Amino acid sequence: MTPAQDPRTTDKAMPLDPMPAKATTKGAKAARKTPDIVRPYGDTTGDGMVQVSFTLPVPHDKRAEGAALQLAAKMGLEPALLVHAKPMGPDFTFFVVYGSATHLVDLREVTVVEREFPLLSPTEVNKAIKGRLRRKLVVVGACIGTDAHTVGIDAILNIKGFAGEKGLEYYREIKVVNLGAQVLVPELVARARAEKADAVMVSQVVTQRDAHIHNTTTMSAAFREAYPAGQVPLLVVGGPRFEEGSAPKLGVDRIFGRGTTPGEVASYLVHALAPSDPRSKEK
Amino acid sequence: MKPLLDLDPADVRRARTLARKAGRPVVKLAQSHTTVSVERATLRLAGLGGADHERVPWVNHLVDAVRAEVGLEHGITNPVFDALRRGEAPDLLTLAQKAASGSVQFRLPEGRAATAAAKDARREVSRGIRTIDKQRAARDRLIKRHGDPEQRPWIYLIVATGDIYEDIPQAQNAAREGADIIAVIRSTGQSLLDYVPEGATREGYAGTYATKENFRLMRAALDETSKELGRYIRLTNYASGLCMPEIATLAGLERLDMMLNDSMYGILFRDINPIRTFVDQRFSRQIHARAGIIINTGEDNYLTTADAVEAAHTVTVSQLLNEYFAKEAGLEDWQLGLGHAFEINPEIPDSFRMELAHALLARQLFPDAPLKWMPPTKHMTGDVFRGYLLDGFFNLVGAMTGQGILLVGMMTEAVVTPFLSDRDLALQNVRYVLNAAGGLTEDFHPPRDGFIQTRARGVLSEAIDLLTTITEEPGKAPLLEAIADGTFGLMKRPANAGKGLDGVVVRAEGYDNPATTLLETGETR
Repeated sequence: MTPAQDPRTTDKAMPLDPMPAKATTKGAKAARKTPDIVRPYGDTTGDGMVQVSFTLPVPHDKRAEGAALQLAAKMGLEPALLVHAKPMGPDFTFFVVYGSATHLVDLREVTVVEREFPLLSPTEVNKAIKGRLRRKLVVVGACIGTDAHTVGIDAILNIKGFAGEKGLEYYREIKVVNLGAQVLVPELVARARAEKADAVMVSQVVTQRDAHIHNTTTMSAAFREAYPAGQVPLLVVGGPRFEEGSAPKLGVDRIFGRGTTPGEVASYLVHALAPSDPRSKEK
Repeated sequence: MKPLLDLDPADVRRARTLARKAGRPVVKLAQSHTTVSVERATLRLAGLGGADHERVPWVNHLVDAVRAEVGLEHGITNPVFDALRRGEAPDLLTLAQKAASGSVQFRLPEGRAATAAAKDARREVSRGIRTIDKQRAARDRLIKRHGDPEQRPWIYLIVATGDIYEDIPQAQNAAREGADIIAVIRSTGQSLLDYVPEGATREGYAGTYATKENFRLMRAALDETSKELGRYIRLTNYASGLCMPEIATLAGLERLDMMLNDSMYGILFRDINPIRTFVDQRFSRQIHARAGIIINTGEDNYLTTADAVEAAHTVTVSQLLNEYFAKEAGLEDWQLGLGHAFEINPEIPDSFRMELAHALLARQLFPDAPLKWMPPTKHMTGDVFRGYLLDGFFNLVGAMTGQGILLVGMMTEAVVTPFLSDRDLALQNVRYVLNAAGGLTEDFHPPRDGFIQTRARGVLSEAIDLLTTITEEPGKAPLLEAIADGTFGLMKRPANAGKGLDGVVVRAEGYDNPATTLLETGETR
């Protein structure tokens, strides 16, 4: 049994007082110390309580319930409480289980991609583009391949916007060309060249058979082939199922995930294409 | 029953008149053009199917060959049946095969030769039409035997695995769990294919290809399940995209029961050429009318791309246009599954009351249509618990406003393809609400000048304003101008652009299409 799985160890790592933060937290955030080791929170600090639901391909009976508890134990729920079991047809049973997770979360081992650019208001974005680029910034956007879900690209590009923020069409200094759904990659490349796009934005929602990965790599390869080295427009993809940090692997400059707002995208475009210090220009 | 909303009958009449005014020039346009897909559908009715070793359908080969030699302005059938009469090949299939290798000479027959070819064409095409008639009769018989669902709305569930052999058990299970209608979502790429794939298919993206064989397999499986459950399970697919007339034809031949078939969806959301769409639409709706198929229109799409409060009236306008185009093509009220959706931002105060107002407005404008009520998608955030509550409220509106078809909402919307358990929970949600509140229609009477009535009247008057603006656009077909201006869903779609434009042909004097004739006259021979 590894220390992490040993309930006694976990109990020790579950003090009533939050553990003192050992790693130095920077700046103002240090005001309130968070512990390095945490457990899930049900209604008491350190109780480790989580709730899961799942289906097993077995008919509902005592054995099925035992099987559900066995799975819960293997998932690290100890003790686990089977609160709901319901047959779904003759061959399946649905379970809801509550239990205390024996696993610990070490916050020091968590890596996140921090936003590498400052968030700007629409006015600041327009000013930055006008002052530094001295022309309109051109964005060409599309849903490529078989993907017909324009929700993502529309949320970012359409003036309507998303989450209370207006889309890029609203920005005076950004020219938006939204090609819509099911655009073929060669068509996208051609339009990007015709419009002299500074950035190309692609949305990928459908993930069946890794369509989003496949489409994105096809797209980035096509751009690299069509443009001389170093002149490829900024390639940005968005979608709910991209792995964080996989941009280089896919051959694109930036990936945006679920919940991204138009303001974030606009700020990123300024950061990447019209930086305050030209030497730090990424592209 | 006394109507729940006090709408001014003069307003309602005015809205319909305007829809007719906007729609009529487009119908004229549809009557003066044909498309490659309409001509291919005609050949399919005459019995030509199958594809070559590269899976290019024979109907595509034959239409392309005739178009290259004599054009399609006079219709496909006269040159084709003239070639058969001249002994170029013993049958359509052989003719298509020979045409594919370029070894057939086509001509435009004249005089007696033309009369004879037209007669042959009509005989062959009418066989297809009679098969559609027989399938319609078979459906009526099976409904009589097995019965319709006990409750309204009918419960509509989606399956989409990409593999028809996976879809079949899923669909059968869904029916056993309570679905009355099974929709097999199409592979997303299909709407932009200018041919219909052949055979049983096992791979598709986010859906399964619509093919004749897939239709046949699924319908046969659901016939078994209908028998097992003592309830006729309806099958739905999509007559949209570049091959809509052909897919409608295959649906009629294989006894599908409902088809998604919106008059403007392809233009706005798939960037298909407007004229291509309206020509294909008219033919496919005529087929649906003949086949007794219920169409489902796609108004939900307007609400997912624009704000559901601000754009509420565009739904009404689209419903009125869809109704006009449908009736013009011969569809009856019971065949109009006009769409609308629960897409108002739940953070807005009174969002539920507005949903009720919009749903009631649709209900009252189209009292005899089986309205299709579609669940929230735009404001499903990934918080499945909140989503489950939202779906419950969606179901409640459906129950309170007497909707005809209820597309079951999944709490996993925008998260993953639903788990078995998600579907089960979703159906529990529907059953609970229908069971607990289905009778509310009896008690629920929004007061005369209350919020709901006022809102519904407001939406109707905005719809009338928009229709007025559309009909006042300059040009021969104001609706096309409006579409080009971005009136619907913020997308600008000019009539001289879009996919499939090269497949549009202006009909010449003397254009003949026996399928259109039989569909318009109702004749069987």
